[in-house]
Amino acid sequence: MKCFSRYLPYIFRPPNTILSSSCHTEADIISTVEFNHTGELLATGDKGGRVVIFQREQESKNQVHRRGEYNVYSTFQSHEPEFDYLKSLEIEEKINKIRWLPQQNAAYFLLSTNDKTVKLWKVSERDKRPEGYNLKDEEGRLRDPATITTLRVPVLRPMDLMVEATPRRVFANAHTYHINSISVNSDYETYMSADDLRINLWNFEITNQSFNIVDIKPANMEELTEVITAAEFHPHHCNSFVYSSSKGTIRLCDMRASALCDRHSKFFEEPEDPSNRSFFSEIISSISDVKFSHSGRYIMTRDYLTVKVWDLNMENRPIETYQVHDYLRSKLCSLYENDCIFDKFECVWNGSDSVIMTGSYNNFFRMFDRNTKRDVTLEASRENSKPRAILKPRKVCVGGKRRKDEISVDSLDFSKKILHTAWHPSENIIAVAATNNLYIFQDKVN
Amino acid sequence: MMLSKGLKRKREEEREKEALAVDSWWLDPSLPAVAQAPPAVASSSLLDLSVLKLHHSLRQSEPDLRHLVLVVNTLRRIQASMAPEPTLPPVPSPPAAPCVADNLLASSDAALSASMASLLEDLSHIEGLSQAPQPLVDEGPPSGRPTGGSPPSLGALDLLGPATGCLLDDELEGLFEDIDTSMYDSELWAPASEGLKPGPEDGPGKEEALELDEAELDYLLDVLVGTQALERPPGPGR
Repeated sequence: MKCFSRYLPYIFRPPNTILSSSCHTEADIISTVEFNHTGELLATGDKGGRVVIFQREQESKNQVHRRGEYNVYSTFQSHEPEFDYLKSLEIEEKINKIRWLPQQNAAYFLLSTNDKTVKLWKVSERDKRPEGYNLKDEEGRLRDPATITTLRVPVLRPMDLMVEATPRRVFANAHTYHINSISVNSDYETYMSADDLRINLWNFEITNQSFNIVDIKPANMEELTEVITAAEFHPHHCNSFVYSSSKGTIRLCDMRASALCDRHSKFFEEPEDPSNRSFFSEIISSISDVKFSHSGRYIMTRDYLTVKVWDLNMENRPIETYQVHDYLRSKLCSLYENDCIFDKFECVWNGSDSVIMTGSYNNFFRMFDRNTKRDVTLEASRENSKPRAILKPRKVCVGGKRRKDEISVDSLDFSKKILHTAWHPSENIIAVAATNNLYIFQDKVN
Repeated sequence: MMLSKGLKRKREEEREKEALAVDSWWLDPSLPAVAQAPPAVASSSLLDLSVLKLHHSLRQSEPDLRHLVLVVNTLRRIQASMAPEPTLPPVPSPPAAPCVADNLLASSDAALSASMASLLEDLSHIEGLSQAPQPLVDEGPPSGRPTGGSPPSLGALDLLGPATGCLLDDELEGLFEDIDTSMYDSELWAPASEGLKPGPEDGPGKEEALELDEAELDYLLDVLVGTQALERPPGPGR
């Protein structure tokens, strides 16, 4: 099991608030974290509708210790709060998801979405500007054409690096319910957005039209018993995608089969364990995240207490199940009362699909090595994180004698939840969002 | 029809013990975290909590559909597990809650569809709504598409209708003689088939009706008034 050191105690500080560990504004709560395809950039979205992009510094020979730090690259307001006049409803500006497009030129493109609207942002650098216009002077004022006696060719002169973010497309008015997922297709021409009851397919170039590919809304809303909770395209097959439900099922769909993919190609569901049945069985089986492995062979799902790995070729049960915090099983009633049982945790694969990671409470996050079957609990907290320190594994004590370093179940802080994490696509660098703080940890390399 | 489908009541003491187990755990969170066998019967406090959550969820201007659906499904499970007591007047909320749940669920979307339908006609006159009516293509023409649930004006009837078999005793049934409830007599609930605990059998006791006294009917009517209030579209802002 690799040891993660806190190489750089990078903590994301909101630019215009006084940061202290106990007080922060709601708007600063990080709601999504995502590396781009090379790992050079890391984007975060927050409840206030802002996107902050970090860029990894180029490694330099002079500063060996500053091994690829992430620094703020660009900050912009992606979504603003809106008011829906038809329904007299406020639309939250919270960024639910960010997904990067693969880089095709010098600029970077990402999709960001709130509950209703998806936007395509272009992030580009400008380090030169043109000088020597004929019709304008240096301040931009128009020159009187009568005064121009010669023509010159404007030249590009260097300037301080400026990173600008511009909204290139706005995909609006296609979702009645709240968008929970977006996923870029491997054809790089289309993407999908999923809400509670429907999934729409978009072309990046067309904003006034989208195709509905999944619709599970019953004709009679009284019959509604299940909602869509997450959706993702297959990493290589542009015709396949999966979506998960609140009943703990996953459906694999093939867009070649029909225009409306209401009928699945494959249906993944694990039979309920009768010994673990309770009134909360359905709630804890609700899948909060679904992710394809990089290889495309497996899918990983996260429900309230476990992470499961499924082989696409076997529908009747997962091939691996990992307990994230099974000690909560006897606390479900209290967690139902305080609504924690509805928390939606995400899960991620590492670059080689050998390790999976997900968050828990008390700012703990867990990693599972699929090969060695070893697992570790780590904590993202300022107290435990000194520069170049190694993260110490944590342990939760479920009963009986509590050892010195252990923490008892009843002492867990349920307000400190790690819902969003990200893993660098090829290296052992992870980003962990703990409420309003972002932690970036790197693997210690000897 | 709802609760009393011939579910066998467990032995008194066992039930009490399990009900206590849930209750005491519920009341005292400082108890050690011991894995418990899932109780066959939910405590009434768990039921009340679920109803509370449901109402709270529906009172949001835009309910979180996932939360709503999960609470409703859990409520149905809880309600299904509660065995009826023919000798004692049953708690009014169990029969009402699922009906309320369903009706509220339906009415929230019905109100949505209804307000959308009426406002659509004025769409061209409203300045500032520059967005193309794209989502309506998805929805289908609201007038043509069956709206989720019945229109608000029939809400009252819908509440009583499906539950006719169990909510009304012989005296009151005469009041609603002229309403054809045959379409509501089908089995609306499948929770009993889940069988949270092996043992209780599902009898075909459709005719078994819960007896309510007038106080409980008043309570139900109050809930109805509450339902009506919920169906009014919310004012601007929250």
